[in-house]
Amino acid sequence: MNELPFTFAGQDLRALGSGALWWPDRALLCVSDLHLGKSERMARRGGPALPPYDSRDTLTRLSADIDRTGAQTIICLGDSFDDLDALAALGTSEKQTLTTLQAGRRWVWIEGNHDPGPIDLGGTHLSEYTAGPMVFRHIALPGAAGEVSGHYHPKTRLKARGRVITRPAFLLDDARLILPAYGTYTGGLLTSDNTLTQLMNDGAMAILTGPHPHIIPMPR
Amino acid sequence: MTQIPARITDWFAAKGWSIHPHQQDMFDRAADPATLLIAPTGGGKTMAGFLPTLAELAADSRPGLHTIYVSPLKALAADIRRNLRGPADEIGLPIRIEDRTGDTSATQKKRQRVDPPHILLTTPESLALLTSYEDAGRMFADVQRVIVDEIHALAESKRGDQLMLALARLQSLCPTLRRVGLSATVEDPQAVARFLARNPDPCHIIQADPGPDPDIRMLETQEMPPWSGGGAAYSIAAVLEQIKQHKTTLIFHNTRAQAEIFFHNLWLANDEALPIGIHHGSLDRQQRERVEAAMVRGDLRAIVCTGSLDLGIDWGDVDLVIQIGAPKNVKRLVQRIGRANHRYNAPSKALLVPANRFEVVECVAALEAAKAHDLDGEPRGAGPRDVLCQHILIAAAAGPFDADALFAEMTTAGPFADLSRAEFDACLDFCATGGYALRAYDRWQRLQQRPDGRWQLRDPRAATRIRMNLGTIQDTDTLKVRLKRNRGGKPLGEVEEAFAASLTPGDTFLIGGQIVRYEGLREMVVEVSRRADKKPKIATFMGTKFATSTQLSDRILRVFAQSDWPQLPTHTADWLALQRDMSRLPQRDRLLIESFPDNGREHLCVYGFAGRNAQQTLGLLLTKRMEETGLAPLGFVATDYATLIWGLDAVTDPRPLFQRDALRSGLETWLAGNAVMKRTFRASATIAGLIERNTGDQRKSGRQATFSSDILYDTLLKYDPDHLLMQITREEAMRGLVDFGRLEAMIDRIDDRIDLVRLNRVSPLAAPLFLEVGKVPVKGAAEERLLAEESARLLQTAGLDNG
Repeated sequence: MNELPFTFAGQDLRALGSGALWWPDRALLCVSDLHLGKSERMARRGGPALPPYDSRDTLTRLSADIDRTGAQTIICLGDSFDDLDALAALGTSEKQTLTTLQAGRRWVWIEGNHDPGPIDLGGTHLSEYTAGPMVFRHIALPGAAGEVSGHYHPKTRLKARGRVITRPAFLLDDARLILPAYGTYTGGLLTSDNTLTQLMNDGAMAILTGPHPHIIPMPR
Repeated sequence: MTQIPARITDWFAAKGWSIHPHQQDMFDRAADPATLLIAPTGGGKTMAGFLPTLAELAADSRPGLHTIYVSPLKALAADIRRNLRGPADEIGLPIRIEDRTGDTSATQKKRQRVDPPHILLTTPESLALLTSYEDAGRMFADVQRVIVDEIHALAESKRGDQLMLALARLQSLCPTLRRVGLSATVEDPQAVARFLARNPDPCHIIQADPGPDPDIRMLETQEMPPWSGGGAAYSIAAVLEQIKQHKTTLIFHNTRAQAEIFFHNLWLANDEALPIGIHHGSLDRQQRERVEAAMVRGDLRAIVCTGSLDLGIDWGDVDLVIQIGAPKNVKRLVQRIGRANHRYNAPSKALLVPANRFEVVECVAALEAAKAHDLDGEPRGAGPRDVLCQHILIAAAAGPFDADALFAEMTTAGPFADLSRAEFDACLDFCATGGYALRAYDRWQRLQQRPDGRWQLRDPRAATRIRMNLGTIQDTDTLKVRLKRNRGGKPLGEVEEAFAASLTPGDTFLIGGQIVRYEGLREMVVEVSRRADKKPKIATFMGTKFATSTQLSDRILRVFAQSDWPQLPTHTADWLALQRDMSRLPQRDRLLIESFPDNGREHLCVYGFAGRNAQQTLGLLLTKRMEETGLAPLGFVATDYATLIWGLDAVTDPRPLFQRDALRSGLETWLAGNAVMKRTFRASATIAGLIERNTGDQRKSGRQATFSSDILYDTLLKYDPDHLLMQITREEAMRGLVDFGRLEAMIDRIDDRIDLVRLNRVSPLAAPLFLEVGKVPVKGAAEERLLAEESARLLQTAGLDNG
C-alpha cells in the first residue's frame, strides 16, 4: 500500500500518501483540516465563486482511505469545516456521504479554530481525544507528549537534482506528530517557517505525502 | 474647423518647422469617427495626434476633459506630459495637462475625478479603472477625442482588448467621441484599423512617409561569439567602443536576466567610467525613474534595456540602437531600430549583436528580411473572453447594468465585434454565479438581477475588490527584493517566486546591476546583502519572449541548406560545418533528432523549427508519450528551433513518438494535465476574476490560507471539464502557447523522414538550449525516482539510514 510505517509514542503507525494517519492496532484513521465548505464560505463572504466541488472531492478521498484501511474509528482533527455555517450549507449529497461513512464506525470530531462549536452531524464532538499513550487535539500545546495535532498545514520543499519539489508533509519528533491538511482547497506552511522550526525539536523528521511517502530530516 | 489656427502655425514657423503632410492630413480628418496614423518614430507622430486637440482647445478652452491619451507605458504618459507642456505654453494655451497612472498619488487621482484636466494622459488599466466608478459619466461627459499611442503594440495584447472595451464604455457615455490611433510600421494596417474603430465605423488610414531605409549591420567584433548562451559578453569591448563613438546608445536585450548580466559585464569593462544606466521592468520604480530622468537630461551615454523601453519614449538624441541577441521577429526589429535618430528623414542606425553562433544565422536572416521590407505577423483572432468577464465585473462596479445594452456596447469593440449573445451570456453567468454545472451559489451570487431586470453586485463592497484586481498584465508571481536592514532596507526590484524558491542563503545573483547575496525570506520579501566579491549565480527572472516568426525560421533553414556560407562570419560558418561533421544540419523537409547523455541525464533534441510555442507543445506531447512508455522524462525546454527533453532513460526509436494521428488524437487528453495548461489557466482565471491577486486583508502569517491555482484547475478538470474557464484555457493555449497548427504543418512537411543521430555528447547546435530559461517540469515517475534517491541521501547524511 501507498504508506510509510513509523513509530511514535511506542506505537506502530502508518503515514498514508493521501495525508491520513493510520493506526492499525486500533483500526483508527485520523485526518486533519478537511475545511469542508471552504468554497461556499468564500462565496458567502463576497469573494470569488470557486469551483464548488471541494467538499465532494475531499470526502471522495476520505471514503477511499476508509475503504482501503477498513478503519473502525475515524478522528477528524479539527477545522473539519471551514466555519460553522459551512456545515449548514453542505450539499445533500455530501451530507449523505458523511452519514454513510459514519454508519457502523466510531466517529470523533475534534474542534478546531474554524469550527469551535458543536456539529449537528453524527459522531462525538470533543475538544481532545485520548487513546492509549496518544492525545489527539487540533493545535499543538507547549510541553505536550504523545500529541497528534493538525492546524499548521505543514508542507516541505526540497531540491533534487535541480528540481524543487513541494509536498504536504507529516512532521514528527519524539513528543509530537503534526498532520498535513487533508482538504482539497488547502494551502500549506513551509517547514522552514519560524512557527514550525520553533515548535519541532531538533532531530524532527518530515514525511512527504504523494504517490510514495518519503521520510527525511525536517528541512529548516 | 477648416484651418489650423494662426497661433499654432505661427508657433511652428517660430520654431522653424513646417507642418508635415501627415500632420495636415490628421487635422483635415479631425472630424472622422476614427483615424489611424502609421508613421515612423520621429515623424512628429505625437504632434500629429494632438494637433486637432490643440486647435480645438485654442478655439475654446473651457474647463472639462477634452482629450484622453492612452499609452501602454506609464513612462510614456509622463514623457508626453513634459513634451506637450512646452508647446502648449509657447502657443499660449491656458490648459491643464496631467497624467494618471498607477504611480499617480491618491490625492491627485481623487482631484482629477472631481475636476479633470483638459488633457489626461493615462494607461489602459487606469482608464478601465476610471470607467468602474459610479461617477464616470460626470468625469467623461465632455470628452471629444481619445488618442491611442503605440496601438500596434496594444493590438497584440489583452491590454489592448481591455482598452477597446473601456473605449466602448466611454463611447456610450459620450457618443461623439472620436478615436485616433498612432502606430509604427505594421504588416496589416487594416487589422489595426478594425481593432481601433467603433464597430462598424469606418477608419481612414493615413500613411506618413516612412523615411529612408535604416542603416543596419551586424556588429563586427575581434572576439568570436560563444557556442552558446545569451549574454554576448564577448561583444563588450566592441559595444563599449560604439558607445564612445556615439552620443547616446540604446542597448536592447530580449530578457531582463540578459540585460542584468550584460550591464554587469559592461560596467566591469568601463574603464573610462562612461555614464551607463540599466532599465527593465523588474527594477524598483524609483530606480527606473532615476534612469529615465538622467536620460532625459542627456546625462547618460548608454542605457541597457529590455522591452520596457521598446515603445516610443522620446529620449532625445539617441543616435545608435544596438540589439543584443536575435530579434526573433523582423517587424519588432524594424520598430526598435526606429528608435534611433528622431530627426525625420535621416536614416536610423542600428547594430545587431548575435549572442551566440546560432543567433549569427538568425541575425543574418533578419537583416536580409529587413532589407526586403518583408514584415511578419499572424492574425490574432477574436477577443478573449477572460477579458470580457473582467469588463462585465467592471461594469457592475460602476452600477446596475442592462444585459442587452452591455452586450450591444461590448460588440462595438473591434476585437469583440463577432461575439455571440450565447458567449456573452455564458460570461455573464460566470460573473454572476461562477457558471458551474453544480448550481451551488445561487444564494451567494456575485451579481444579482434586480426586479427591473438590471444586474447589480450582491455586495456593493465587492466593487473595491474588483477594482483592486483590475488589469490583464500577468506577472509571474514575484517577490520584492530588499537590502537586509533593521527596518526594511532599500528596495532593489523583484524576482520570480520560483527563482526565490531555488535560492539557499549564501547564493548570489544580479539585480539592478549589482551582485547581492541571498540572506533569507522575511514576510514574503527576499532579503539580500551587497556582495561585490563573488561571481553571481544567474538571475533567472524572465523578460517577454517572442516566437521566431515562420518566415524568419524558413530563412534560417534556407541558410542551412547552402553548401557554404560566404555571408556568415568564418567562425559561424566553421561551426555549422562542425555540426554537419559531428551530426547533421536540420533540413526543411526532414526532422533531425539528436540523442546524447549529459551530466547524468539522457537528452533528446528535436529540431522542428516550428517556433517557440509549437516546439513547447511538441515537448508536452513527446514527454507525455515518453512517460507512458516508461522513458521517465524529467522535463523539457523549447526554443524557436528545437525542443530539448531530458530524462533518466535514452530514446532509441523516435518513430512511434511522432505518429501524427496519435499526436493529434491525444492532444486534448495530453494537454489536460500539463504545466503549460495550468499556467494558462492561472492567467485566464486571474483576469476573469476567479483568482484574486489582491484581497485587501492579507494576513501576514496566513500563508496556509491560500492554495495553488493548480488545485482549482485539477478540480475543474475532474468535475466540470466544460466550464467556461476551461474552454477559455483551451482556446488560449491552442492559439498562444500550444500553436498546434504550426506543429501540424511541420509534421506534414517532414512526413516520416525522421533522422535519429546518437551522439556521445552535446552537439554544437544543441548546446544553446541548456541555457534557456522557462524549463517545464514533467511531474511523473521520474520525480518519484528522484525523490526516493534524495530522501535516501538525506537520511544517510543525517546518519539515520537504517536500510
